[in-house]
Amino acid sequence: MDLFEYQGKQFFASFDIPVSKGEAVTTVDDALAAAERIGQYPVVIKAQVHVGGRGKAGGVKLANNLDEVREHATNILGLDIKGHIVKIIWIEVASDIAEEYYASFTLDRSAKKHLGMLSAEGGVEIEAVAEENPDAIAKIWIDPVDGLDEATAREWVKAANLNPDAENGAVDILLKLYRAYTEGDADLCEINPLILKPTGEVHALDAKVTLDANADYRHEWAEYEATQVRDVREQAAHEKGLQYVGLDGTVGIIANGAGLAMSTLDVVNQAGGKPANFLDIGGGANADVMAGALEVINNDPAVKSIFINIFGGITRGEEVANGIIEALNRVTIDSPIVIRLDGTNAEEGRSILEPHLSDKLQMQPTMLDAAAVAVELASR
Amino acid sequence: MSIFVDENTKVVYQGLTGSQGRYYGLLNRDYGTQVVAGTNPKKAGTDVDGIPIFASVADAVAETGANASCIFIPAAGVRAAVMEAAEGGVEFIVCITEGVPAHDEAWFFNKLKRDFPGVQLLGPNCPGIISPGKANIGITAGHIAKAPEEGAHNVGIVSRSGTLTYQALYELKLQNIGVTTCVGIGGDPVPGTSFIDCLERFEADPDTSAVMMIGEIGGSAEEEAAEFIKTKMTKPVVGYIAGQTAPPGKKMGHAGAIVSGGKGTAAAKMEAMEAAGVKVGANPTEAGSLMVEVVKSL
Repeated sequence: MDLFEYQGKQFFASFDIPVSKGEAVTTVDDALAAAERIGQYPVVIKAQVHVGGRGKAGGVKLANNLDEVREHATNILGLDIKGHIVKIIWIEVASDIAEEYYASFTLDRSAKKHLGMLSAEGGVEIEAVAEENPDAIAKIWIDPVDGLDEATAREWVKAANLNPDAENGAVDILLKLYRAYTEGDADLCEINPLILKPTGEVHALDAKVTLDANADYRHEWAEYEATQVRDVREQAAHEKGLQYVGLDGTVGIIANGAGLAMSTLDVVNQAGGKPANFLDIGGGANADVMAGALEVINNDPAVKSIFINIFGGITRGEEVANGIIEALNRVTIDSPIVIRLDGTNAEEGRSILEPHLSDKLQMQPTMLDAAAVAVELASR
Repeated sequence: MSIFVDENTKVVYQGLTGSQGRYYGLLNRDYGTQVVAGTNPKKAGTDVDGIPIFASVADAVAETGANASCIFIPAAGVRAAVMEAAEGGVEFIVCITEGVPAHDEAWFFNKLKRDFPGVQLLGPNCPGIISPGKANIGITAGHIAKAPEEGAHNVGIVSRSGTLTYQALYELKLQNIGVTTCVGIGGDPVPGTSFIDCLERFEADPDTSAVMMIGEIGGSAEEEAAEFIKTKMTKPVVGYIAGQTAPPGKKMGHAGAIVSGGKGTAAAKMEAMEAAGVKVGANPTEAGSLMVEVVKSL
């Protein structure tokens, strides 16, 4: 779950990481009121979107007075940044910057340890630094059982060649950032830029935080959850508790299991078609779940055919077949459906489906045959 | 032979008294698995369909000689359950539970490595393991798998995906190819058992003639496995990678299945596997056919 910058800053602030004072607003009037409350110029007005390159797109502006706040807020709200429409802006006190650094924690899946990255070259895309000057990034791998101690953090800061004036402040922030990352159950905590002010303080000027949705049961994340940006189809699927990812093709996909669903996308592509979505209905494939999945796909106007790919494991073929029939009795589906049913008791399942077959509901013996037919139907 | 588990494996089910634990625990017993105990501190002294319930894994091990555990505990309790199993003295832990926080996984993976180096964890978020004809621990439908035949060439399977594991078992059964062991390592970011852990054991298992490896987009486990195959394996490997057409930056159901920053793509994984001499199928069916060819050529 990706947080907006302002939420990331609130998240950081809850771990005592110094961030700028500011407010998140959604209207120009609220922006003016927020600027008045902040009571100090200049302020920075920043578009809140889950995409990089905001500055270049005109989504970050400095305002020296109330008129400029109005002007910039008007321009930024509604701005399209790489397909993301700005609905929220963050207004904060502008900071004086002496130097810009980069700091982050994430999981290194290969090493199975936490990876900390620190660089004296911040404020730019870290991928570019990694490519052009990899030595400029000081990396440490942290065993989760040990955690990060102060002596290690200090060595790390020295290895990154930060300005000696920033050492104490950086060590303090890195220890807090590691706590935020671990205790906060984040997949990623990134500060870019981490700044050294002319006055000697170290401060988080930006916040990029991705939280591990699996850990939501032990946190208060309702507000973050409420502001997640999903397309209409994904929102509908999410409300039904379905694992759905919207894509831009015409073949609607329903499969049981994430791997089989991915594999289904592959074979549809191999057959010359384009999947409209990824949808994993899990192992059970009962009528409720199937009906919900069909509804979500039916509401996608781009869908021209539907490919249901089920492999029965513990769930037997006849249960799957009955689930499909019951679901089709509840929901009226516009597009033709192609079913592939295999695995446990597939024969019994197929004979249940047999009497219901028509132009609108076809069955194919294999995954590849079904993909070919679904693609053909979508191209009509 | 088989790897990790066989007919002598005695399993304690953590969460046997819950609905999922009971359902699969009894199915596993019906298959022939030695389901010797369950745990639940509040129900010690009772039983589930004749299987005795103990207060802890340590008690179950002491009373029944259990040497493996299978975890059906909700995600919030998994970290404690894994440590309880290791401290209780089992050597093999299968964790079926999905939705375990990544920080918990990273923590107990490293904790086990350090304090319990002899303990092998499989999962979390995995379908479990089956050595057909001997033991089935987890949620795999046992009858999809064909038991290995003496004198014939049998295959080992290792997979990151549940339903694709079934698909692989099924395709091999249709082709009349027996399976020594099928290991579902799960789709999470920090799996307890890696591809390499399984490949190493299949290489050493005299009854396994070839290996089917099913990977997914995300991470670099398949590339690491390819390096191992190239340098350490003599047995043929057939592979398939799911998610060849998944768009970058989108999480595909499994916590681990996401292509980020150009890394972890199916193309890169397939290339690495092919460079290591693995025959890679474009889809599960093609991988099944490739395995038939491989087995015939042995």
